[in-house]
Amino acid sequence: MNGVMETAARKIDQSASGASGLDVESIRADFPILSQEVYGKPFTFLDSAASAQKPKCVIDAETGLYEGYYANIHRGIYKFSQDATEAYENTRERVRSFINAKSTKECIFVRGATEGINLVAQTWGRQNIQAGDEIILSWMEHHSNIVPWQMLAEEKGATIKVIPVLEDGSLDMDVYQDLLSEKTKLVAVAHISNSIGTINPIGPITSMAHSAGALVLIDGCQAAPHMKIDVQDLDADFYAFSAHKAYGPTGIGVIYGKEHLLDAMPPWHGGGDMIATVSFDGTTYNDLPYKFEAGTPNIAGGIAMATALDYIENIGFDKIAAHEADILHYATQRLSEFNSLRIIGTAPEKTALVSFVMNDAHPHDVGTILDRQGVAVRVGHHCAQPIMDRFDISGTVRASFGIYNDHNDVDRLVDGLKKVMDIFG
Amino acid sequence: MSLSEVSLEEVVDTFEFLDDWEDRYKYIIDLGRKLPPLDSDEMVDAFKVRGCQSKVWLIPEIQSDQIMLRGDSDAHIVKGLVALMLLVYSGKTAADILSVDAKKILGDLGLSSHLSPMRANGLFSMVERIREIAANAG
Repeated sequence: MNGVMETAARKIDQSASGASGLDVESIRADFPILSQEVYGKPFTFLDSAASAQKPKCVIDAETGLYEGYYANIHRGIYKFSQDATEAYENTRERVRSFINAKSTKECIFVRGATEGINLVAQTWGRQNIQAGDEIILSWMEHHSNIVPWQMLAEEKGATIKVIPVLEDGSLDMDVYQDLLSEKTKLVAVAHISNSIGTINPIGPITSMAHSAGALVLIDGCQAAPHMKIDVQDLDADFYAFSAHKAYGPTGIGVIYGKEHLLDAMPPWHGGGDMIATVSFDGTTYNDLPYKFEAGTPNIAGGIAMATALDYIENIGFDKIAAHEADILHYATQRLSEFNSLRIIGTAPEKTALVSFVMNDAHPHDVGTILDRQGVAVRVGHHCAQPIMDRFDISGTVRASFGIYNDHNDVDRLVDGLKKVMDIFG
Repeated sequence: MSLSEVSLEEVVDTFEFLDDWEDRYKYIIDLGRKLPPLDSDEMVDAFKVRGCQSKVWLIPEIQSDQIMLRGDSDAHIVKGLVALMLLVYSGKTAADILSVDAKKILGDLGLSSHLSPMRANGLFSMVERIREIAANAG
């Protein structure tokens, strides 16, 4: 630290539009919750990687439906049912363009990425995975991209292979190349690690898998709020994300699949909406995407998801990326002021989150003391126990940043950590 | 100073006296420092309390009709809460343990409002485990 003057200068710089051109003050004004106080302190939200806060327009889209034109969708003969159906189905086109899918038939609505991955495991997986086949995951996967494949592998007698993670948190691509073989049927990896922030090289991962004859599923949860996703450019066979991490509502997400793959897959959940005809002699199934969407869906969530995608695309991923790179740089620099603090995950390509451990205090102690100062971080294993084992730690403190965070938030985190040092150091 | 020199009444009195959150946490952390650490071969899954966000172990030993408890945690504040639980429960009979109104004691200490919900869940998991030990011993 070079003294108070420089810190003050940084704050002034940031309170304007910042180096990235993102008007953080005006973005913060869109999020009602950010004006809350916690224990009499400004609410400093550094847990967007778990779930992002919601702008007023997303909240209004949900209440707008319930107050204005709510009715069950599909097959309704009356106006509000048709209005709600139209709004819900417009979301599908919105999602298609958000990830640049070829067709809306490739965009299946699910409760979230977890359900999307389970859908692929239970339909494509059960149809295509056999004894002796191999599924490749990585050490940095979220449990949601591990357990569904373990369940499938156990049922089928298949084997899970794991791409190791290097000391800086990057995937060991040489070992990945060696793991690929004619036995490999699927590679399932995160676009961005939720626990250590590494942005994985999806293009090369996909092309190498395809050369070996395997398909690729990408867990895009952490990518959706931070970067432009182009499933055609990535050549992903399946791509999953949840709306709630991208400033949208909970309980709605998307599993993308290439149309010819989805077409050949058997349905998963049976029920209304996913059928063409039902009789006791036999049932025929609806076309894509409805074949995979049994029952009344999260209508309000779907409609508000479109609003969230509009919101972030209107801000623009170029500006978001520049802003988040600036915060990551600033946070990394300020946290390095603490000698007793070790950052886990220092890959060159990294999203705006910092995962760290401290010598003197357990992550839970750190999180508890920060909470009392209004600073909300996540502590623990972040549903990614294998990567914690990889670094021989039981958990980390994770500060993750979104479009509404600025240098002041980083400064409050640092002040909070100084208090932690006072208490435990 | 060891935990045996502290009584639950003293803890409640001290908590009333300390109205600043930071001082209360420091006091809880000090309580934890009075706990003799478990041996590493005692920190096994059989003694682990599920439902706590950090690692917590509770080990019962029955001496005549008293249930003696030892415990530990890898987090400082939680270790203090383990110490508090031992002050409340250790050395009691199974019947006495089952008749303790833990929610009232924690409420008197203001712990439900001064600790995060996850912590509270950890505390209540400890209470449940101790009651389970007592129920099995009784």
